[in-house]
Amino acid sequence: MAIVQSSLSRWWNRGAIALVLVLMVIMMIPLYWIGSTAFKSRADTTTVPPTVFFKPEITAFIKLFTARAQERGVTDPAAYAKAPWWEKQVMDGGDRFIKDADGNIESSGYGARFLNSIIIAVTSTFLAVAMGTITAYGFSRFKMPGEDDWLFFILSTRMLPPVVVAIPMFLMYRVVGLVDTHIGLIILYTAFNLSFSVWLMKGFIDEIPKEYEEAALVDGYTRMEAFFKIVLPQATTGIAATAVFCFITAWNEYAFALMMTNKNAQTAPPYIPSQLGSGLTDWTVIAAGSLLFLIPVALFTFFLRDHLLRGVTFGAIRR
Amino acid sequence: MPASVARRGMSDLAIRNWFIIPTIAFLIVFNIFPLLYSLGYSFTDYRASMNDPVKFVGLQNYRELLEDEYIWANFALTAKYVIMSVVGQVVVGFGAALLLNRPIPYKGALTTVLMLPMMMCMAVVGLFWQLLYSPSWGIVNYVFFTEGKVWLSDPEVALLAIAITDIWMWAPFVMLLSLAGLSAIPPSLYEAAAIDRASRWFVFRRITLPLVAPLLLIAIIFRTMEAFKTFDIAFVMASMDETELVAIKLYKMAFQEWQTGRSCALAYIVLLAVLAITNIYVKYLNRLKAR
Repeated sequence: MAIVQSSLSRWWNRGAIALVLVLMVIMMIPLYWIGSTAFKSRADTTTVPPTVFFKPEITAFIKLFTARAQERGVTDPAAYAKAPWWEKQVMDGGDRFIKDADGNIESSGYGARFLNSIIIAVTSTFLAVAMGTITAYGFSRFKMPGEDDWLFFILSTRMLPPVVVAIPMFLMYRVVGLVDTHIGLIILYTAFNLSFSVWLMKGFIDEIPKEYEEAALVDGYTRMEAFFKIVLPQATTGIAATAVFCFITAWNEYAFALMMTNKNAQTAPPYIPSQLGSGLTDWTVIAAGSLLFLIPVALFTFFLRDHLLRGVTFGAIRR
Repeated sequence: MPASVARRGMSDLAIRNWFIIPTIAFLIVFNIFPLLYSLGYSFTDYRASMNDPVKFVGLQNYRELLEDEYIWANFALTAKYVIMSVVGQVVVGFGAALLLNRPIPYKGALTTVLMLPMMMCMAVVGLFWQLLYSPSWGIVNYVFFTEGKVWLSDPEVALLAIAITDIWMWAPFVMLLSLAGLSAIPPSLYEAAAIDRASRWFVFRRITLPLVAPLLLIAIIFRTMEAFKTFDIAFVMASMDETELVAIKLYKMAFQEWQTGRSCALAYIVLLAVLAITNIYVKYLNRLKAR
């Protein structure tokens, strides 16, 4: 902004920057708290006043993946001496591992839920983006009677609260046996993301000049060849951005997963809060689980930063 | 397809149909069909937890729901929540955009960090804010000097506490859209105002605000629709009557009390409300395009 710089406006500027910094710090505290709690000892999470500086440890991550119980008696000194360092850390906290008959440590449900999240988010993203891209190309390049109505219909399927859709879907899934299956959730997330993917990709494909394909058609390419060899390579950035947005939506989805799954196909979002109910809340474990779950999204957000605005507004804003 | 044989490959018409129709068919099967299915059930006394024969009850579910003062209380609560969270997001977000709309070192990095919360899982965020709100060892009470304040189990402030979390997540969204609007204002307007020695307030009211308004309104509409649908964050953070938003009521009715028929009817009432909001949104967007 080329406002005439008076000394008053210079002070105004400095004040604004100071305020931005204060706001940033307040916004960052919750993020820092999730990250730091994961590396605290359990005792450090419930101190008064809250602990800001502490000796980091990774016990929470060991606990996250293993099944544990509180040690009621006194820890057996012989067993403690034999235990590897990571087991000792858990024992120091007053817990013991739950082991099967062969002495193998049983795993908690987290690893399996995390894997479910990956399988379901990746598959549904692939399907939604693949279908969305070709449909967007269809809408972008060809005339379709009632085109605006169809596009609005596609968008409107995304407007409904998940619970409204979940009730009939649950009843139908029960009939066909898709409750608590990976395929069931994949279908739901694909349908959910498809409308988004069509809208966003249409914006990206609209921006690719038609002349490229027309030149290719003149050169004897078929429409299909032109689509695959000319349009798709041009749309790579758009496809990548759309895919990341679909992935994040499916990865973070909670309501459908809560209602449609309970064990086999359960994803991490409904699982992490359910840990609160089991015994005394161990916030270090919840923080460790949350942190691992948030890392992929944080990385993607960084890569996506130039397309974020467009993504979060369904392509309504282009920059 | 004899016409397309002459030109190698499929005709444009065939390609268009192959590209578009599967998607529309998929969405009809998995979005429209279920809604018709539940429309049917909304006129019955069906309970998915029992094998009783399903009885047709006509409009009884709808009549009972609309006469039920508790349901109205749920809607009123939802309206209150929408207003709190959207107003908060606009104040914080638009304010931050005004502050950020100047040359600032590391501006790109700053905005990227501010955008992190809205990319996170709402259920996990809600869960974690429980620790932040904890009366004895929560950080919130230390930052705001409200020692020992119970947030999430106090019926008076629980909804506000949930709204604050929502504001933390989504104020950056309003900020981002406002920034896009602010940076599109031609500097020449400000230069002209400076030459005329216009006051800051005058410049803000007559130049900044009218030119940002369209984008700000889009942000408000987006957030209003999302806030109306809120389920995850409120469901995870508190469970009392004073935080029972419509979506949570619907979930409980359908999946805990198993009043399937009634819940289908309530779902339809919610659906009509959402359609009404969506309609306003589309009308507004079209008017914006026409400009």
